[in-house]
Amino acid sequence: MLNIDKLHVSVDDKPILNGLSLAVKPGEVHAIMGPNGSGKSTLAHVLAGREGYRVTDGRVLFEGNDLLTMETEQRAQAGVFLAMQYPVELPGVNNTVFLRTAVNAVRGAHGEDELDAVSFIRYMKQQLALVNMDEKLLKRNVNSGFSGGEKKRNEILQMALLQPKLAILDETDSGLDIDALRVVADGVNALRSPERAVILVTHYQRLLDYIEPDRVHVLAAGKIIRSGDKRLALELEEKGYGWLTGAAA
Amino acid sequence: MNKTQKAVDPFVREDYQHGFVTRVESDTLPPGLNEEVIRAISAKKQEPEWMLERRLEAYAQWVIMTHPQWAHVQCLPIDYNGISYYSAPKPKADGPSSLDEVDPELLDTYNKLGIPLEEQKALAGVAVDAVFDSVSVATTFREKLAEAGVIFCSMSEAVQHHSDLIQKYLGTVVPHTDNFYASLNAAVFSDGTFVYIPEGVRCPMELSTYFRINEAKTGQFERTLIVAEAGSYVSYLEGCTAPMRDENQLHAAVVELIAMEDAQIKYSTVQNWYPGDEQGRGGIYNFVTKRGECRGDRARISWTQVETGSAITWKYPSCILRGNDSVGEFYSVAVTKGRQQADTGTKMIHLGRNTRSTIVSKGISAGQGQNAYRGLVRMTQRAEQARNHTQCDSLLIGDRCGAHTFPYMEVRNPSAKVEHEATTSKIGEDQLFYCRQRGLSEEDAVSMIVNGFCKDVFNELPMEFAVEAQKLLNVTLEGAVG
Repeated sequence: MLNIDKLHVSVDDKPILNGLSLAVKPGEVHAIMGPNGSGKSTLAHVLAGREGYRVTDGRVLFEGNDLLTMETEQRAQAGVFLAMQYPVELPGVNNTVFLRTAVNAVRGAHGEDELDAVSFIRYMKQQLALVNMDEKLLKRNVNSGFSGGEKKRNEILQMALLQPKLAILDETDSGLDIDALRVVADGVNALRSPERAVILVTHYQRLLDYIEPDRVHVLAAGKIIRSGDKRLALELEEKGYGWLTGAAA
Repeated sequence: MNKTQKAVDPFVREDYQHGFVTRVESDTLPPGLNEEVIRAISAKKQEPEWMLERRLEAYAQWVIMTHPQWAHVQCLPIDYNGISYYSAPKPKADGPSSLDEVDPELLDTYNKLGIPLEEQKALAGVAVDAVFDSVSVATTFREKLAEAGVIFCSMSEAVQHHSDLIQKYLGTVVPHTDNFYASLNAAVFSDGTFVYIPEGVRCPMELSTYFRINEAKTGQFERTLIVAEAGSYVSYLEGCTAPMRDENQLHAAVVELIAMEDAQIKYSTVQNWYPGDEQGRGGIYNFVTKRGECRGDRARISWTQVETGSAITWKYPSCILRGNDSVGEFYSVAVTKGRQQADTGTKMIHLGRNTRSTIVSKGISAGQGQNAYRGLVRMTQRAEQARNHTQCDSLLIGDRCGAHTFPYMEVRNPSAKVEHEATTSKIGEDQLFYCRQRGLSEEDAVSMIVNGFCKDVFNELPMEFAVEAQKLLNVTLEGAVG
């Protein structure tokens, strides 16, 4: 599904990713771990098409298409979803209207009919159960005045509604208490399917207690320096990143 | 009268101007401003002597006044002798007595503008008065309104047929000495709308006026007066457009609202005058004085405006809260892009006890647009327990535009409460990325964010206008990002 081949990315002429390669197949859950500044969030943003990053070399194929030449919204419409570390607030924009616009934008791109208000609400209520989210949040403005946990749940709800092929979760666990973490993890687990791939970008191992990854990768200085199964995460928890980054130097 | 007629003759014999956008023959006075021109306008409109006297008095005042400099706008000097002060589509005979007699070309223009008079007449239930350059073209629904005792007609007609009301109320809220443009307007105003709602009557439909400047090198100086007697209610909408031209055109209108005891006036504006091109060539100078007075207790006046057009917008729809417990409201969205400039806001003058006012101003700047909010809240000595809440938000799109806020507060009563909240935000790259990552195009994302920002104001517009305003905003901001 996703093939990242020797990707080099700079921000303001400072190299952040230095030849990162990664292959993700449908149905797989990959965890990307690494110390601060290793390039985890850069990877997530570059895949989603955020501006301000310069790809200096390498390529990324998503279902055989060159992802990096696609516009941000085209990537979203093609099924790439990024749950943000810091979901932004959109004052005055009703959450339900926003969600419906997004769902219909993606449906429209696939030549599907738009959902009218009634069918959308029905669909939304069905997906809402997944994220255990208070319906009141749907009446409020997008993320406006939401707590950290509510914002993250709203991200998961969007993921549930948009049904992406590839979901990237950028430090979704950061700042969550244990209950919120469980809700988020339950949402992600409910969305696991043989057609869908998930990339979890995380600093800590604890999210992986709830979402079991197929592969764990350690990112340091813009490269994957070690890959393994879920035991690698536990090893990291025990020994810290210094154990590996020291080895990489 | 003979003497006046003679003075007019040289003007009416002048060749008609050419190159109209709407190809109706028009009757236009040659450019220039002097007493003779004013006499000519008054004569063309067959006005009573007292009206001419008032005009001349205003003109005498205007010539000794100077152009105000305090606004936060850069404005080319205006050659007041280069403007024609009267332009009217030439009547086929003696002027249309019904819509069927209105020049089809003209009706076609309104259709292009999306204001099918015929259709509106039949479907929308909105009574429309359309002012084309200087004259009022057609007023629909007059009979139905007359049944309710409502007068809705052009100002010219009102001067002739409702002379007592006009004499009693015109210029009592905005006197001809008020300011430079109000004086000019009082001297040369050529048409406009008059609305009178009798005591206890709830106007059975939305009233609406469309203004259009068609002729080149003309100014539009319309005058609107709305009087709502005790316990009455009226909602009034105005829409404005003008064709694209290279030179700046002046629009200096005066609007006066008078609300008696327990009366309510809702006045909404969707202003989309031609804003000029990207380099700032051409466009309308929109210098307007709008003021309402709550004369009776518990009267209520609300101004809602969506200002997307004009090269320069300079207006402060205000409320004088004279009656006890009276309420003034101002809801505004002002958009500037390209080289547009807006200096707009309101004045809330609290005279009565327990008077309340609300100000919600949303300024949006894109391109190299400059947007200033300027507002005065004055709590006078006798304004016991008066309250004001001001919310003043600015949204910036891009990094070459500007937003400015000039709030003035004068509080002379210790029991009065004044609150002011202001925010400035930028449509962040974050917000755009967020929306686009969910599949929205950049344009849709901007429109969603901007509409969200303006929601408090759009909520105040009558439903069909809210939809129109939203569309207008989207069109205005097309390509504003990136």
